[in-house]
Amino acid sequence: MENNGKQVLEFKDVRLTYHTKAGETTAAEHMSFCVDEGEFIAVIGPSGCGKTTVLSLAAGLLRPSAGEVRVAGGAAHPGNIGYMLQKDELFPWRTVEKNLFLPLEIGKRDTPENRRRAVALAEKYGLGGFLKHYPAQLSGGMRQRAALIRTLASDPRLLLLDEPFSALDYQTRLNVCEDVCRVIREEKKTALLVTHDISEAISAADRILVLSARPARVIASHTLDFAETSPLKRRESPQFSGWFELLWKELNL
Amino acid sequence: MKNKWDAARARDKAPRAAGEGGEKPRADGLRTTKPHAEKPRGGKKQKPLYSREHMLYLKKRKRETALVQALRVGVLLLILGVWELVAQLRIVDPFIISSPSRICTTIADLAANGTLLYHIWTTLWETLAGFAIAVVLGTLIALLLWWSERALRVLEPYIVVLNSLPKIALGPVIIVWFGTGSTAILFMTVLVGIIVAILNMLGGFAATDPGKILLLRSMGASKFQILRKLVIPSSVPAFIGMLKICVGMAWIGSIMGEYISSNAGLGYLIVYGGQVFRLDLVMAATVILCVLAAGMYALVALAEKALVKK
Repeated sequence: MENNGKQVLEFKDVRLTYHTKAGETTAAEHMSFCVDEGEFIAVIGPSGCGKTTVLSLAAGLLRPSAGEVRVAGGAAHPGNIGYMLQKDELFPWRTVEKNLFLPLEIGKRDTPENRRRAVALAEKYGLGGFLKHYPAQLSGGMRQRAALIRTLASDPRLLLLDEPFSALDYQTRLNVCEDVCRVIREEKKTALLVTHDISEAISAADRILVLSARPARVIASHTLDFAETSPLKRRESPQFSGWFELLWKELNL
Repeated sequence: MKNKWDAARARDKAPRAAGEGGEKPRADGLRTTKPHAEKPRGGKKQKPLYSREHMLYLKKRKRETALVQALRVGVLLLILGVWELVAQLRIVDPFIISSPSRICTTIADLAANGTLLYHIWTTLWETLAGFAIAVVLGTLIALLLWWSERALRVLEPYIVVLNSLPKIALGPVIIVWFGTGSTAILFMTVLVGIIVAILNMLGGFAATDPGKILLLRSMGASKFQILRKLVIPSSVPAFIGMLKICVGMAWIGSIMGEYISSNAGLGYLIVYGGQVFRLDLVMAATVILCVLAAGMYALVALAEKALVKK
């Protein structure tokens, strides 16, 4: 199969139809886009347009009704991506360390080497002293950081972030966003962030995809022109409000 | 309050030359609600230094607890005292209401002629065996029903009907099928407990956090892995709740079984005592039952502490 080694995620003319007792809903139609290696993409769209559907398709949890979704050159299937959810979803009966090993256990890659890698990541990002603690002993921000390290522990090619900051209070949210973005950039990960928060998208991403109302398709793709990558600094920069206005208009067309 | 995230981040930036110093958990990154409950995990001992006001508060709480316990015993003593008095003064005929002292004498008599332990053991054995079978079998069936949603949908109405059916209605059928021995009583005990066990465990499994299931599925987890890593560990509280309910159910089952047909056991003593109008015997057996049931409940509560210790 063709694989130029650069495209980590590719949607080719994807359609997705949900079937329920009440009827059928087309959540996405003619949806096409690519994500290159190392890119940080944010996906925004009007509420209820099926942003999470995009992630489920990329994760291989849903099969497209038509078209094709490819991850790292192969068909999308669970296990080769890292999924981060709104809530940290740490297992309360496991220590932080055991939570980090969870994806290794599930993927049958629970080797001493992979464990060391996960622990090294945790230590690098300030969780070293909390490995033997239970999640309930950590603050909300620390928990979300642990969730990110868990996502990275299996060394996935692609990170899928489903509004990972929306459950946090505003101040923590800015700090956690700053931190998560720094980790993702330092680890040179490819990421797809779904959010309803325009300013969050502008502050975090390299490129923003704008979705239409249902059935969703990509109506615009903007490459951001910020000099800095830090979300907090971006919020202070002069271009920020320009981008905000542009995207606000696009969403309210 | 200073943001905890900031504090942790500041630590990252701090030079690591301090060696191990940076690895130790710091109290400011933790959310501690009970300082005295913190274990010296990182080798750092915390001696709680409370203000005078807090010491007074603790003292007040302690006193309140002691008072509640004293009142509990007081209530029991009061009831026993009034009961004894009413019987001694013949305000009501002790032949009808018995009395604490007569109950003690009856228990002593039973112990003297060697039948006390025999009756206790008979009922206890039926109850414990029925409890164990109902819990194990009920949990296994609930697991199978969790595994196969189709089976659950097919069987659900039958389980619901069996749950609402008063099990004693099946008494004659059970006697015809299993005879009048302890097998029939055991069957009755299992029958009373198992439906409750199934329904409680099914409820526990169904309450598994859908977000965590999604997380595991995104990691490529199989159904068995989801069961083992998530559904079973997160159902431990439901399991303990079910154990507590099943303790009561098992006693209902065994005593009901003995009412229907038996020649030994505490339920037998109660029925027999009632038939020959020996209220002392009825009350004595009931008191012993109370003690045994409370003891079994205490054991389950102990198991709960051991299982949910984090």
